[in-house]
Amino acid sequence: MKIPLPPGNKMSSSSKSQQLKGKMHLLSQADGSCSLSVGQTAFMAAVYGPREVKMNKEKVDKAVIEFMYRPKVGQSGCGERFWETLVGNTCETAILCSLHPRKSVGIIVQELQNSGSQLACCINAAFLALLDACVPVRYMVAATCCIITEGSTEPILSPTAVQEENAIAHMTFAFDSVDHNVVCSHTTGCFSEDQFQLCLEVCRKANKQVFDFYREALRERLSGSMIEC
Amino acid sequence: MAPKLGTLMFPGESIDDLKTDKNGKTILGPGLRRTYAAIHIIKAGILQFKEPNEYWIESPEKRYIATKGDSVIGIVTQRTGDAFRIDIGASEQASLSYMAFEGATKKNRPDVKVGDIIYARLQVANKDMEPELVCMDSTGRSNGYGVIRDGGFMIKCPLHHIRRILRPNCPLLKTLGDMMPYETAVGINGRIWVKGRSTIETITIANIISDSEHCSDSDMKTFVKSRVHALSGLH
Repeated sequence: MKIPLPPGNKMSSSSKSQQLKGKMHLLSQADGSCSLSVGQTAFMAAVYGPREVKMNKEKVDKAVIEFMYRPKVGQSGCGERFWETLVGNTCETAILCSLHPRKSVGIIVQELQNSGSQLACCINAAFLALLDACVPVRYMVAATCCIITEGSTEPILSPTAVQEENAIAHMTFAFDSVDHNVVCSHTTGCFSEDQFQLCLEVCRKANKQVFDFYREALRERLSGSMIEC
Repeated sequence: MAPKLGTLMFPGESIDDLKTDKNGKTILGPGLRRTYAAIHIIKAGILQFKEPNEYWIESPEKRYIATKGDSVIGIVTQRTGDAFRIDIGASEQASLSYMAFEGATKKNRPDVKVGDIIYARLQVANKDMEPELVCMDSTGRSNGYGVIRDGGFMIKCPLHHIRRILRPNCPLLKTLGDMMPYETAVGINGRIWVKGRSTIETITIANIISDSEHCSDSDMKTFVKSRVHALSGLH
């Protein structure tokens, strides 16, 4: 579902990514939750667990990650299923699954508004909710995406839906917070190897802002809970 | 990186130069994990230290993870052949043997029904096994554990709030006790049972406990007093 942007709200500068906004710990029943928006794109995520798991899904040596993607309208189809696997696996690399054998960690991400940079926002929302739930993780994971447009050498970071329509290639990368290595990569469109490397480095650089945002959000979350005193 | 006590740490960061006792040992608590190379933080929270050699991460969780020796409040969900199934809010239900009560014998079974609230201690708790509860200490005495009867009210709180209430210098329960008599059982699994002289008092105490989550220690006395004084008009 694509919403046209209001006039005047054009993010064309490739050096500046869109503003991240978010809030943690919104839902009372979930173990961890957050809402996250990048520009006009907004997601809400909830994490339940470690909790009990159905017998047929149970793994004896590690926790199962049950990722669910809920689109804004309609039922989740083939595309959403693919994302569930992709983002689920991304989260699984970070989560220390072996600490909770025969359990499951349920992650539900609800799309609130899609206006570009969807996958990156989805990964970030899911991970922020995991951090809120204090699920044990190896490192933090954050994603950034960019597009390549015809005739332009510089990739555009965190594109809007309008910009994405004119893109010849779209790339999303997720990095870990320790060595900034790639955890997940998702690309569509045509591009050369040089362009891929360029986008990767641009995203890697921009990704530090997302980690700073995570840290700021967590600091805000903890200051309300009176842990220090 | 040397540990910075009392600061917010994020997953993936590592710490070293930890203090050891005279045998060269360090105790790592929740939120810390040793790998081959270093000691890593695995959840976001404040790094805490206790003399001489204990480190842990204090974080605002809601989900309880069963730990051996913890005193918890559980709800009886099922009676099976020789044990009860108890919901302790962890990822798995715990089992409580019929024989794990003071004075229980094969003939003299404890009077426990489905839906009862139980204050018990975790005897077995590890990631690979079902947690097991007991309602007595090692000498066979109940020592305060057992079925909680005669009314009262059970509320749920985030785990960090419970840990704070149980800290010896926390003024909450003491200030409350100075103003009105009440009974309480605090389970580290995020459940508190309280009982005042009347229903109104019970509700007030329960509300004060759950609302004090965002109140600092220094403001606690004023907070509790104002809430209890507001009650006096209702009698």
